[in-house]
Amino acid sequence: MASIKMKSVDAVVIGGGWAGAILAKELTEAGQSVVMLERGADRSTASDGAYPGSIDELQANFRHKIFQNLSKSSVTIRNSSDQTALPYRQMAAFLPGEGVGGAGLHWSGVHFRMPPDDLIMRTKVKEKYGEKFIPEGMNLQDYGVTYDDLEPFFDKAEKVFGTSGEAYTVNGQVVGKGNFFAPSRSDNFPLPALKDVYGANMFRKAAEEVGFHPYAMPAANASAQYTNPYGVQMGPCNFCGYCSGYACYMYSKASPNVNILPALRNDPKFELRAESHVLRVELDSTKTKATGVTYLDRKGNEVFQPAELVIVSAFQFHNVHLMLLSGIGKPYDPVANEGVVGRNFVYQNVTTTTAWFDKSVYTNQFIGTGGGGVAFDDFNSENFDHGPLGFIGGSPVWVNQAGIKGIAAAKIGGPPGTPHWGSAWKKAMVDTYQHSVRMDAHGTNMAYRDVYLDLDPTWKDAYGLPMLRMTFDWKDNDIRMNRYVVSQIAKVTKAMGATDVHLGQRQPGEHFDTRFYQTTHLAGGAVMGDDPKTSALNRYLQSWDVSNVFVIGANAFPQGTGYNPTGMVAALAYWSAHHIRTTYLKNPGPLVQL
Amino acid sequence: MRQRKRVTAAALFGGLGISLAGLSAIVPTAHAQVPAPAASAPGTTGLVAQGEYVARASDCVACHTAPGGTPFAGGLSFALPMGTIYAPNITPDAQTGIGKYTEAEFARAVREGVRRDGASLYPAMPFPSYARMTDADIHALYVYFMQGVKPVANTVKASTIPWPLSMRWPLIGWRMMFAPSVKDAQAKSARPFADPVLARGAYLVEGPGHCGACHTPRAITMQEVALTSADGTRFLAGGGAVDGWIPTSLRGENRTGLGRWSEDDLVEFLKVGRIRRGSAFGGMSDAVGHGTQHLTDEDLHAIARYLKALPPDDTTQTPWTYDATLATALHSGDVSARGARTYVDSCAACHRTDGQAYPTVFPPLAGNPVVMDKVPDSLIHIVLTGDILRATHDAPSAFVMPGFADRLSDEKVADVVSFIRKAWGNNAAPVTAQDVARVRKALPKAEGDAALPLN
Repeated sequence: MASIKMKSVDAVVIGGGWAGAILAKELTEAGQSVVMLERGADRSTASDGAYPGSIDELQANFRHKIFQNLSKSSVTIRNSSDQTALPYRQMAAFLPGEGVGGAGLHWSGVHFRMPPDDLIMRTKVKEKYGEKFIPEGMNLQDYGVTYDDLEPFFDKAEKVFGTSGEAYTVNGQVVGKGNFFAPSRSDNFPLPALKDVYGANMFRKAAEEVGFHPYAMPAANASAQYTNPYGVQMGPCNFCGYCSGYACYMYSKASPNVNILPALRNDPKFELRAESHVLRVELDSTKTKATGVTYLDRKGNEVFQPAELVIVSAFQFHNVHLMLLSGIGKPYDPVANEGVVGRNFVYQNVTTTTAWFDKSVYTNQFIGTGGGGVAFDDFNSENFDHGPLGFIGGSPVWVNQAGIKGIAAAKIGGPPGTPHWGSAWKKAMVDTYQHSVRMDAHGTNMAYRDVYLDLDPTWKDAYGLPMLRMTFDWKDNDIRMNRYVVSQIAKVTKAMGATDVHLGQRQPGEHFDTRFYQTTHLAGGAVMGDDPKTSALNRYLQSWDVSNVFVIGANAFPQGTGYNPTGMVAALAYWSAHHIRTTYLKNPGPLVQL
Repeated sequence: MRQRKRVTAAALFGGLGISLAGLSAIVPTAHAQVPAPAASAPGTTGLVAQGEYVARASDCVACHTAPGGTPFAGGLSFALPMGTIYAPNITPDAQTGIGKYTEAEFARAVREGVRRDGASLYPAMPFPSYARMTDADIHALYVYFMQGVKPVANTVKASTIPWPLSMRWPLIGWRMMFAPSVKDAQAKSARPFADPVLARGAYLVEGPGHCGACHTPRAITMQEVALTSADGTRFLAGGGAVDGWIPTSLRGENRTGLGRWSEDDLVEFLKVGRIRRGSAFGGMSDAVGHGTQHLTDEDLHAIARYLKALPPDDTTQTPWTYDATLATALHSGDVSARGARTYVDSCAACHRTDGQAYPTVFPPLAGNPVVMDKVPDSLIHIVLTGDILRATHDAPSAFVMPGFADRLSDEKVADVVSFIRKAWGNNAAPVTAQDVARVRKALPKAEGDAALPLN
């Protein structure tokens, strides 16, 4: 039993990131009293983004100032079920955040809408290529929502985030030179696209030349000063490149801290409790209703916060962890292929290609915007014929120059094969840093029966709780997808006039290596859908089993997306909130009857 | 939260040898919130709310609240050369506050500067302005303090001014010489105006708003040289330093006053502290924060229209027009002008090389009256310490400008301030490293993290 019991509130929100901030804002607008519990510190531009101290690459990107404290809790990782997992003790492959703002504070700002076909992927693949096209062991699923369902919420999120971009079609009419493959929108972006940096512009021209369809990446880095629907303001991005891993000192990278919390903190119905680490969601004796949450406060007291509604909106794998620790939903069993919590755990399939140019070409890689750049989608989603290729999934390809800073540049050094120290390294760095362009194939990762999350039987965290175990490896389908798309990049680098190119391709049989940064875009594990046998959440992100628990985050994605997940997470948060406000609060209970 | 008010000037009071230095420093700087009115007697709810509004318009909370303390419970310190005085507790606590005050005693304290025990208040209390307040407003204010504010037992520290300087009787002479009687003040407020809106504006500015306390120059004997617009063009022509900030002219000067601001500009500024022409900082940030943003649109228009009707005190100023010469030079990579390089490196990200910045997030420097003020201290001060544009109800985002005191030498600051004062059609005189050294030496102690905004 908790030693302190708080006064009951209408809703408790676990996690102070985008999903939590959106839900807290929506619920307070609906008149609900809301307590937000965030295990990390409170953060603001004034403290964590104070210029110039904040733009310290060593502290931010190498000592991971605003990221999770792995000495308290982490995950364990293994490649396959026959191995023993070991704890992830040092930040490397992925970087979970901590503190108010969460991943929404340390992110870069790439802000996409999900491709419509990705939301109905199983249906689409079956329709186009037949069910047999789906490899054995791949859990290909639909989301249970369509693009049309989500469009108003994509739009709302962009307006709240102050997203910069260029539309292709609005209400079916071609309005600009945006993404040819993007679905029609109900409105344009709230801000015009960021300017191309030089390398991205080279990439744009070359991609056009070889017949692809380049477009300006949608970025929640404001291209001008902006006031969002909550009345809060953003400054304009100055292309300094200190986005990912930093609180933006220009107030131009959208974050819960800058874009939502100023409108919440003064609301008497809202209370934010930082440094409050949630241990579990408490259920009543029927295990079908949550009674509140138990957390440790900053002094280490165990506190029970009763609530009518529990919003689980921490980072993807923390949400899954909390569900497993709390007994919400049936844990996934990969052997029996039953259960849903931990099922369809997915990652993202990102590799980087580098092109080098003549010394007369200055690419100014120190300049950058976290979310901006130029991309083409010719090999993403169902924009190309997978039939003859024999794989499922795809990758957008882009130059997303987020500002390569001093230490990162030194670590990159020169082309593969150059030493990492000494005069040869120095020469290679000097010769190449200013004259190279990096581009990513930012691909999908499908869900597989033997890739999943569960509670580790061996390792416990600092709170005595079993750690979350990841069982993950790259699969042939995804490696072949990557190799195909990256091979297409060669056409572009050639047209760019590169003197040397290193195509970043996955190797056949390659295993997941946790030691090198890949992406923090982890997803799935508690997915949404129409069938409680294959999804933990219904289409409104409500637990099938405990109807006053909603679980908001990338955990809801049934498979990995080629895009960055935040735009989809924000849209799902607004979508879920809308249905809580319009339906659930009037008549609490399951929003989907089976 | 600022720790205390700072002494900004020294002066002797007449032949009596009482120093009143620093008493001009009465601008509110505490960030206290006025609490919701407590339960009040039946029938007085409207009056309590009205009194709360008068308290907002008069900005009582600013001085009568200690940093982090309960609103109105007193304790804000005013450091004077001869000692420190503390703002009294004005909650209705009978022992430590004003609970025993009758309405007549309350009115006398507010409007005439006389305490319940008959002692004179230091003129840090702007009673020469409050003297104008109507009986109706004083009544509402009294009802609010007695019924709408919770009594708080808080004994404020005694003044540390040693005897014989601690004797208050010489202040009687000061009051007689410089503070108008209620009758005279109200008679002046009753002077004819072209329209009732102007009359209301005059009342708010000259009376409860006590704008002149900061924005009007003071004589060597520390009284404001003019208390109303009828007293000449020195009224609101720009005051002496308060916490190291120079209150600008609120009159019609084209370059250093409000000549180019429209009535709507002013209303918006007083409401949210940020407009296309500039943002509130220093003491004004707080004046907007717990004062003007709470006023009705009608009252804000009245204030704005009244201020717009004040002709310039300095009639020599040529109209400001934008001059692109230095911006063009910066665009083409020419940083040879004095301070240009520092400007590009440290200022242009937010304020742009063209000086137009990104209002209403980052304020423009081109044509900004503060930048062209004859006294450059505010500009030097903000470059050294940075400052905070506070959130308001209608503009919930705060913005922090970083300070450059640790990064730029006196010479570099002088260079960049001179550049800003000269570029884009600004034509103010350059500053010297000595100016910067003087301002740097007098800087208030840095505020703690508690005052940092949370966005």
